[in-house]
Order: sequence, then C-alpha cells, then structure tokens
Amino acid sequence: MSEPMLSLTGVHTHIGQYHILQGVDMTVPRGELTVLLGRNGAGKTTTLRTIMGLWHASRGALLFDGRDITQAATPDISCAGIAYVPENMGIFSDLTVRENLLLAAREGSPDTTRLEWIFGFFPALKKFWNQAAGTLSGGQKQMLAIARAIVEPRKLLLVDEPTKGLAPAIIQSLITAFRELKAMETTILLVEQNFSFVKSLGDTVAVMDDGRIVHSGGMNELAEDRDLQQKLLGLSLDTHQ
Amino acid sequence: MTTTTPAATADAELPRLRLDTPPLLVLPILALLALPLVGSFPTWVTLTVAGLAMGMMIFIMASGLTLVFGLMDVLNFGHGAFVSVGAFTATLVLLPMQGWMQADSVLMNLSALGLAIALAMLVTGALGWAFERVIVMPVYGQHLKQILITMGGMIVAEQMIHVVWGPDQIPLPLPTSFRGVILVGDAAIEKYRLIAVAVGLVVFAAMFLVLNRTKVGLLIRAGVENGEMVEALGYRIRRLFVGVFVAGSALAGLGGVLWGLYKEMLTAAMGSDIMVLVFIVIIIGGLGSVGGCFIGALLVALVANYTGFLAPKIALASNILLMVAILLWRPQGLYPVAKR
Repeated sequence: MSEPMLSLTGVHTHIGQYHILQGVDMTVPRGELTVLLGRNGAGKTTTLRTIMGLWHASRGALLFDGRDITQAATPDISCAGIAYVPENMGIFSDLTVRENLLLAAREGSPDTTRLEWIFGFFPALKKFWNQAAGTLSGGQKQMLAIARAIVEPRKLLLVDEPTKGLAPAIIQSLITAFRELKAMETTILLVEQNFSFVKSLGDTVAVMDDGRIVHSGGMNELAEDRDLQQKLLGLSLDTHQ
Repeated sequence: MTTTTPAATADAELPRLRLDTPPLLVLPILALLALPLVGSFPTWVTLTVAGLAMGMMIFIMASGLTLVFGLMDVLNFGHGAFVSVGAFTATLVLLPMQGWMQADSVLMNLSALGLAIALAMLVTGALGWAFERVIVMPVYGQHLKQILITMGGMIVAEQMIHVVWGPDQIPLPLPTSFRGVILVGDAAIEKYRLIAVAVGLVVFAAMFLVLNRTKVGLLIRAGVENGEMVEALGYRIRRLFVGVFVAGSALAGLGGVLWGLYKEMLTAAMGSDIMVLVFIVIIIGGLGSVGGCFIGALLVALVANYTGFLAPKIALASNILLMVAILLWRPQGLYPVAKR
C-alpha cells in the first residue's frame, strides 16, 4: 500500500482556551476522495484549518506527501500543493471572477485548456467572467471557490461543506465536478454533512466526534451498515442531510 | 411541473453591476449648493480650487493609512510622524538649494523640489519600514496596544525632529515659479494649488492603475477583503503588508512636503495636527477603500473651505458634522470594503 498523501497523528489544536482537536489520527490515501463526517462542533473545520496552518497544532504531527507541515506557514503549505475551499467560500467579492482565478494561478495566467475544462462543469463562470464575484449567487460563488482551488493542479484538495445552503440543482453540478476530479485521481478531503451527496463520491470515510476520529474505513461499509450509522452519529445517515 | 436543469440554474442572470454613483454626486451637489451661499462666482471658484488642492494633499497623506488598516487591521496613530519627517527632510535639500528655489527658472525650481521630494519619500519609506518592524509588528491584532504604541512612536518622532532641526518653526517658501495667481476671469487661483491638484490626480491615477491593473494590486485588494484567504492561495501577506506600509509612509512623506509648502511653515507637530482630518477622511471613505478615501478627502476639504468662508465660527466643527452626516447615511463609509 502506498504512503498516504496526508496523515495526522495525535493532533491537538487549541483556540484560545478551548481545546478543540483532542488527538486526531487520520490518513488521506492518495488519489482517493476521503469524507470527514461529524455533527456540528465536532472539529471538522478545525481539522481542515489546522492542516492549512491557519491554526497551528499544539501537539501531534501532520505529514503531507512525506513532509512535516505541523508548524509550516499557510503560504508554504499552499505552495507545497494543498488547495483549500473554506466553509464561507472565501471568494473576493470586490474582484471579478477572472481576477479571483488569476490570483489562484500562482504561475501567471490560468492555463486556457484547464479553464475550458472547468467551464465544462461550471459554465456560469465563463458567462460571468468579468462580473464582480460579490454579485454571484451562492451556488455560483461555491463554483468559483472550487474553480479557484483547481485552476492549477494540486496534490490535495480540502473542501469544507460545499453543499451547505445550496439548491439541489447546483449540488448536481458539484457532483459532476467532483467526479471529474476523481477521474483525474485528485486526492480530496471533503468535509460534508449531506450524506446523499458524498455516499456515491467517497472512497473512504472518517467520522469525528468531540475532537477525535471515532471511526474510519470504507464509505461503502458505512453506507450499508445502518447500525454503524446509528452508533456513530446517533441517527441514520440517510436522514443526516 | 417544470424541471430546472443544473446549468440553467447556475447560469441564472445576475443583477447588472452598477457603479455606486451617489457618493460621487455628493461632491458636485455640495459645490453647487455652496455657489448661491457664497454669492460671488469668482470667490466660489477660488474656494473650490483651494478645497480641491487641500483635499488632494490630504488624500496623499491618508491613502497609505487606509490601505494599512484595510490590509492588516492595524490602527496606526503614528502615521502623522511620516508627514512631519517628510516635510523636515525636504528642508535638507530645499534650504541649501535656496538659490535654485528662488531662481526665476521653472527647471531649477522643479529640480530642487523633485530632489527634495525624492529624498523625503526615501527617508519616510525607510522610516516606515523600521516603524513597522519595531513598533507595529509586536502588536498585531491588539488594537488598544496599537493605538498607544503608535502614538508613542509619533511623539518620539516629533521629539527627534526637535533634536535634529531645533524647536523653532522653519519657514519653507514656495519656489519662485509656483508663487502668484492665475486669473480666470475675475477668479484668482493660486498656482501652487493647481500644482497640488495635479500631483494629487497623478498619485490617484497611479494608485488606481496599480490596484486595478497589476497582480500586486489585485493581491492588495484581495488582502484588504480577506487576508487569510490570500495566504491560503500561497502568497505571503506579511511581505505585501510591509510593502504597502513602506509605500504608504513614503506617500505621507510626499504629502508632508506638499503640505509644508502649502503652509510655508514647518512645525514638528504638523503631522499630528493633520491626523484628525486624515482619520475623518478614511472613516468617511470607508476603511480600506482608496476610492472612498479620495472622495472623502475632497469632501472634507471643500466643506472646510466653504464653511471657513461662510461661517468661520463653525468651521472647526464642520468636518465632525460632515462625518456624522455621512455615517448616518452610510454607516460603513462611502465605499465600504467587503470584509470576510
């Protein structure tokens, strides 16, 4: 079995006086889509922010592609090949769609072929190319946030609750996008609460509670085992959406 | 029942992006309202040009400060130090080159002034770098400490000016070719004020081009809105901030030279004196907004000039009243910057 793209070992994160992550152990296999599930406040977003260096781990180790990034600065982590789509999307409202993507292309202008590939599943971005991002709808902003993360090839994509508050039609566009990314063997760590969205996409799953990983394994195993769902999340994942 | 395809929903038409014109209209409306109150057209022209000139100088001094606040959330109450140091540094060139300044040659006047401005911007830029490293960096994210320590930095800078240049005021006469007035009909317009307007427009145009046509400008605009996300995209916002701080300090130095020549007299406290207006301007404009800062500076200066002529007794309070009125209308300022 190949070395995982990302591994967290005994990671603790404090935010002020609050002890949020309390020894997170998880791995993200290469070329797979790993889903991180858990109730609100379990520590999923903190996990992603700790990986990105936006909050630093107070204990434990984070290895990305064989490199220790535990105390690395956010720009270094990004340059090492991790792209991040935060829960609030983090788009720059005053900048146009073009300018948002231009900033994400660190090597200069975005590659035209790759842009056309992105426009294939997010056509709205082409249509509103010179429109201020702040005027886009919620779904279009999410498309822009994901497009910005993949406008250049990255080793690992971290996405925090992309379907939150979106209409089902827009979610379908996101499913198409993630399928395209999976087909290109992009490694993805996806935080999500919408199980119907991730059950057909995820390869592996980790479930978090109270700042710890309480279960990890294959997505199929969890999707088919209602008792396990009940045990881990206190309710059937079919209703967890 | 109708079915909406994903693409159709995603492609739904957006509301057209409209230029936010009301703040732009405030300026001409203010000027037109002042015309019948002033009564005399030539006097109104003189007051308006004087207001625009003063506004441009305040804009030059304030633009760096608004970006520093927007980009790193730093309240730099010591910004006035760069204004004073810039003006005093210029005397190192202008006083020894009095002959060139008093010569009846535009070229010699401009050479001396250009050299003085270059030196002032260089020194204040370097001072800004040191100020950020020593004074601002240890107090990121701590507003109260920022206010106290940057005010302390300004007091130290003022005392250092006393040490180097002495406690007395220093006269700074205008170059010969900038003195006098141009008559437009019956209106007398001081030449120097026209030059100040021209310099202000050049600085605004340069900032506009840098912010809108370069990647560094894009990063600054993005950083003002969401610095964390800029870092997550792989850019070191700290370096960007130091660059903006240095550029803002150099601009304050330029503003100090222009302001000193406008007043024709330098005092160590000239920077701290003007800071009240500078803060009113960046609050009115919307913290972090260069465009708002530009409009705000012109508004403040025009109101100061009109009220100074029409009702001198309320002139001192006029800008506070203007700020209250603007904030009642737009609590985030004329052009609020979208924040994360």
